[in-house]
Amino acid sequence: MLAYILRRVFQSALVLLVVGLVAFSMFRFVGDPVDNMLGQERTQADIERLRDTLGLDDPFPVQYWNFLGNAVQGNFGVSYRQGRPVSEILIERAPATLELAAVSGVLALTFGIGLGVFTAIRRDGFAANAIMTLSLVGVSLPTFLIGILLIYLFSVELGWLPSFGRGEVVQFGGWSTGFLTESGLKALILPSITLGLYQMTLIMRLVRSEMLEVLRTDYIRFARARGLSERAVNFRHALKNTMVPVITVTGLQLGSIIAFAIITETVFQWPGVGLLFINAIQFVDIPVMAAYLMLISVMFVGINLIVDLLYVMIDPRLRGDPAKGH
Amino acid sequence: MRRAWDSDLGWSFRHAPVAVVSLVVVTILVLAAVLAPLIAPHDPFDPATLNLMNGFSKPMEPNAFTGEVFWLGTDDQGRDVFSTILFGLRISLFVGFMAVAFAMLLGITLGLLAGYLGGWVDTIIMRVADVQLTFPAILVAMLIFGIAKGITPPEYRNEMAIWVLIFAIGLSDWVQFARVVRGATMVEKNRDYVAAARLIGRTPGAIMMRHILPNVLSPVLVIATISLALAIIAEATLSFLGIGAPPTQPSLGTLIRIGQGFLFSGEWWILLFPAVTLLALALSVNLLGDWLRDALNPRLR
Repeated sequence: MLAYILRRVFQSALVLLVVGLVAFSMFRFVGDPVDNMLGQERTQADIERLRDTLGLDDPFPVQYWNFLGNAVQGNFGVSYRQGRPVSEILIERAPATLELAAVSGVLALTFGIGLGVFTAIRRDGFAANAIMTLSLVGVSLPTFLIGILLIYLFSVELGWLPSFGRGEVVQFGGWSTGFLTESGLKALILPSITLGLYQMTLIMRLVRSEMLEVLRTDYIRFARARGLSERAVNFRHALKNTMVPVITVTGLQLGSIIAFAIITETVFQWPGVGLLFINAIQFVDIPVMAAYLMLISVMFVGINLIVDLLYVMIDPRLRGDPAKGH
Repeated sequence: MRRAWDSDLGWSFRHAPVAVVSLVVVTILVLAAVLAPLIAPHDPFDPATLNLMNGFSKPMEPNAFTGEVFWLGTDDQGRDVFSTILFGLRISLFVGFMAVAFAMLLGITLGLLAGYLGGWVDTIIMRVADVQLTFPAILVAMLIFGIAKGITPPEYRNEMAIWVLIFAIGLSDWVQFARVVRGATMVEKNRDYVAAARLIGRTPGAIMMRHILPNVLSPVLVIATISLALAIIAEATLSFLGIGAPPTQPSLGTLIRIGQGFLFSGEWWILLFPAVTLLALALSVNLLGDWLRDALNPRLR
């Protein structure tokens, strides 16, 4: 088991090194960094000094090593467009994205599991069938169209909810939160539904199919025979056993939520990291793109690693060491 | 034609109304896109035919100033929405088909090599595939688009945008093809006919292309159809985000992006009709792919 963990950690580190190399090459070879960072009025001395500060005359591996060292310390260089350190911009933008992602995740889990159990128990009912059909349409709708549809309904026609921005935010040290003001909470509703809807349908369909499998097993029939209430059978016995795949998928989807936040944030002009990334692509702001790439890779690779390791811990069959299994 | 109609697949097709309807919708949309220059009532890219007075005409109503009637209305510059949709559809479909073709070419080649040669070639290709699969395809496409945009000189960026888009979406989607082809190749290469081909001295390249490839194509067909729907949506998403087809060559996604700006002032038709077209296209290709997957799956027969 230890060998397996070590191998997975080593693989993850390798992936991160490769991503780092991609990010570094972007910075180094896409356009001339000196050109990008110095304005029109520059002297040969300026260029020399910048080349020296950036270490552009060092051999490639040395430059790469320095780049990684800087990145690990949170130093991603200076944004070409805003002229401020990328790390500063990222820290400023991160709370918006994280709050949005957290609310969407909670929404997706609550409604996904709830509706999944419901559609499994009432599998032939009208409501359950209607929900399943609707979920199919939901999966085919591109995220940005869902966002626009919600804006049209609730902002343009009904005028209930704001269509863009975060509303008023309260500052706590470096963290800006929208949870504490009415306008902040209202602004969260539409974007979080847009972002969470796809994950919700995914979780719902997964829980439903897992529940249907489990409800057919002997121990559920046995539990019924023992005279346990429907509720105890469904929730305490059946649902519990569907949780392993649900946890895996949810974990893996966590990364997707952050990635798809790019689309939602653009639709709602939500001032988060995703919108920052889209703007960086539009204006070819390489340091921001490189930093975003590295951050999101650390996240994705980390999540994958954790899910893999959790799997080994939860499921004794994967340990490959019968002596330690129960 | 006759043979296709009588085959198993043809039988299953005739008995799947959803598939028939989907195919009809897709065919109409593809024909409309191909024939766009012939059937579009206006040329949205020719400034000479545009009349600013026609701006914001409502669908099916005569314009207040010129009295002209536009089926689906016009946008702020007096461009006929129906015509822009036809030309947008053209670009969306072109990018979709080309991106899938590129992904297929790359995926099949690498999958065949990995499956047939094995060893370190296999390890490297599949490792790269694993790493790429860690990230959502749309994110990969965005990144590739961003990097490619940085490399192309600014004066060519608009012209190259469509090709960069094809490259980005195709490159983000090859892994599915490679995985399936690799798996099938590893099964096929141990069959007797491959051994026979090797015995009569055919080169590995010929064995892969002429003997193994035709036998691994049916799952590729299914993935290609589903990939097409994904590629169309990916293209629309990127263009909607403003990092895809430029306003000078608008795809459906670009049109939706433009239309969103008019949502608040009440000109709903500039947004609605491109969005409905995109939905119809994506949904019917998706349904077609679903049907094909079930029809070609021997376990479900």
